[in-house]
Amino acid sequence: MDEAELARLMRAALAGDDRAYAGFLHAAAGLVRAFARRRTGQGGIDPEDIVQETLLAVHVKRHTWKADAMVTPWLYAIARHKLIDAYRRRGRRIDVEIDEIAETLAAPEPDRVSEREIGKALDLLAPGQRSVVAAISVEGRSIGETAANLGMSETAVRVALHRGLAVIAKRFGRD
Amino acid sequence: MDTDGLIKALSADAGRPKPAMSQALLAALVLALLAAAVVFTVAIGPRPDIAAAAETIRFLFKFVVTALLAATAFLALSALSRPQGASRSKLVALTAAPVLLLAAIAAELAAVPSGEWSARLVGTNSFACTTLIPLMGIAPLGLFIAALRYGAPTRPTLAGAVAGLAAGGIAATLYAAHCTDDSPLFVATWYSLAIAILTVAGALAGRVFARW
Repeated sequence: MDEAELARLMRAALAGDDRAYAGFLHAAAGLVRAFARRRTGQGGIDPEDIVQETLLAVHVKRHTWKADAMVTPWLYAIARHKLIDAYRRRGRRIDVEIDEIAETLAAPEPDRVSEREIGKALDLLAPGQRSVVAAISVEGRSIGETAANLGMSETAVRVALHRGLAVIAKRFGRD
Repeated sequence: MDTDGLIKALSADAGRPKPAMSQALLAALVLALLAAAVVFTVAIGPRPDIAAAAETIRFLFKFVVTALLAATAFLALSALSRPQGASRSKLVALTAAPVLLLAAIAAELAAVPSGEWSARLVGTNSFACTTLIPLMGIAPLGLFIAALRYGAPTRPTLAGAVAGLAAGGIAATLYAAHCTDDSPLFVATWYSLAIAILTVAGALAGRVFARW
């Protein structure tokens, strides 16, 4: 997908076209994945966490893209910001861990079932928001299905989704 | 949560776009000018001899240098509020006002006998200058920091400092109409100190409030 097509999808997304937005986010995820894989060798950072944090930041900061500007420099600037953030958080965590568990470092790492950082952030949400975000993201339901299942209006589902995503995004702006 | 699931959730939330960053910046600028103008009108006011002063080059020059600072700083702030940050040329443009002021100092030193230099530098309003400019700049600075928070600055400390420069430029432009010290020697000393206070405050505020 070229720059012009990405910009077209993003403009449609900003006008409220959710299918164009999904197309844009999938393409953006591919670009950021390649970007993050090249830059997370043995740092202990999962490139897919960078992809997800970048997509969340793209979402809550999408009004900072100029509709007449290129998309990829904007996208990569956000990805770089999130990557630096991840290294900083990781750096601090490692300092603590080495002191505390220096002797066990040589032991083989147990198989890790990758629990994405954002998956953990779901636990931060109020129960109502969590069930809405989980229904749509994990179970893949539509706004309408979620509203029917949870006995809420579609508007209430949209509001809970919007606020829940904002809370998760904010979680990654802090240390 | 896998990435496809996240994309489903994000795209389901497509329908609530916030106002564009450029609108937020424009709103912050208009409100900043308004807020500073209100404080100036209510609490400070122009000097009594402003009509006569307006015919002297030193008085008029103050507005050129302070307005130039406000304009270049606001343009840099606008760029720094987005992830890509400011181009080199926008940051270099920030030196235009200081360079112009240095040239004015050279002209002043050439035009005025050396015995008068220190009296012109010290002036009679140094305390008013270093308190009233920060006072008028506080509200603009708060508005610019709020705009940065709404934006996505990847260098929040720098962006906050530039917000302080912009707020200082606006406040100094208004204060220049009040102050009876017009020598570039006075402006370079006391205006700079007052604007530096806002710049440091902006850098600290940016570091704390403009992270994301």
